[in-house]
Amino acid sequence: MTSSALALAGVLAVEESGGGDGFQAPGLSEFYPEPIAEFSLLGVDFAITRITLGLWFATLAMLVFMVMTVRRPQIVPGKLQFVGESGYSLVRDGIARDVVGPRGIPFAPFLASLFFFILANNFMSILPLAQISPMSKFAFPLVLALICWVLYIYIGIREQGAGKYFKDILFLPGVPKAMYVLVTPIEILQNFIVRPFTLAVRLFANMFAGHMLLVVFSLGAVYLFSRDNFSIVFGPISALMAIVMTFFELLVIFLQAYVFTVLMGTYLNGSIEAEH
Amino acid sequence: MSILAAESANPLLPPLGEIIIGLIAFAVVMFVFFKFIAPRFEQVFRARREAIEGGIERAEAMQAEAKAALEQYRAQLAEARTEAAQIRDQARAEGQQILEELRTQAQEESARIVARGEEQLAANRQSVINELRGQIGALAVDLAGRVVGESLEDESRRRGTVDRFLDDLDGMSGGGASDGRTGSTVFVPGGDR
Repeated sequence: MTSSALALAGVLAVEESGGGDGFQAPGLSEFYPEPIAEFSLLGVDFAITRITLGLWFATLAMLVFMVMTVRRPQIVPGKLQFVGESGYSLVRDGIARDVVGPRGIPFAPFLASLFFFILANNFMSILPLAQISPMSKFAFPLVLALICWVLYIYIGIREQGAGKYFKDILFLPGVPKAMYVLVTPIEILQNFIVRPFTLAVRLFANMFAGHMLLVVFSLGAVYLFSRDNFSIVFGPISALMAIVMTFFELLVIFLQAYVFTVLMGTYLNGSIEAEH
Repeated sequence: MSILAAESANPLLPPLGEIIIGLIAFAVVMFVFFKFIAPRFEQVFRARREAIEGGIERAEAMQAEAKAALEQYRAQLAEARTEAAQIRDQARAEGQQILEELRTQAQEESARIVARGEEQLAANRQSVINELRGQIGALAVDLAGRVVGESLEDESRRRGTVDRFLDDLDGMSGGGASDGRTGSTVFVPGGDR
């Protein structure tokens, strides 16, 4: 039984008992569903939950779809190839070439992996039956952000040389010497801590909050439909809000995947071109 | 029990197991993208670019070819025109020549016909003169014989007389006509003398 279903059962139980303790809003337990399987490997505990299954399903489905679009590539694309190609071109041309710069094309596969991985997993938040995004578990955005963090620092060192790369970050060129007292700590904080952290948190928080909104409005509608007084007015409003928020979530799904990828593109651009 | 777990957990402190699962999932995604999806798309983009550039090149080549062909046709046309003009001029000249030849031929022909006609006329006249001379001679002899009453039976004598008479006549008229009137003198057969 999923946590949402548990919460739903709780709501209905309240109704049956005629309970006076009111609506129990869903909480953090939403994101910690019962594990389907638990095991320990080399001292690390693994818990396979329905969110993990969602991650695997979304990843696999996305990969299968993308591979299908390029299975028989043609100069004049068919419908399926056109869809895959448009998505890939959005990242390749829109981000790798235009944001990272003229030398950004080699990063297109990495950026496309990021974009489609996040997009597919975000989409799980509104996919019926799944309805929770793996990206609302901090572990997954964190993994992506750490990979990005390592990559853009590595590229910076490779492209500019370690000395120049770190010197430019520590001592921003064109800044009065006295200002280094202020600027250097900010730059260090921004480049090595804030960037990866914001990348991860932005994505995580958006999906987390989106899921909470949907759950609250959905369960709230169920609860209100079972009450007397004004619920005949507020129940439908709550249900309508749940539907509206689902569409809003669709926008967030795409936007967060795109924002994550574009930001990684700008970081890579900063590493490749010493623009300071 | 999940609620208990949730209460103790901080959503910003993920368990290591989840991080590893996430790493593996993203590694798989990156592998597939780097190994299959990106190279195929790049291949398609390259093929498409080449197809477009190749198309442009082909079109340019065809245009150049068409231009060359047009030039050739124009040159050929001009050549044909001058040739036609030459042929026309030649034909006109030939026509003129043929006309000239025909005209001279016709003139020659007409001259020949006229000459033959004159010859024939002369021959006819000679024969008529000869016949007349015979008949007149006979008539004259006959008449003279009747008038004189003597029969001049002897052929040779008779002829000799008549001929002599006529020669005398000729001689008389010949003296008068020798100043330029060719008519009678020309047609007198000299072989008779």
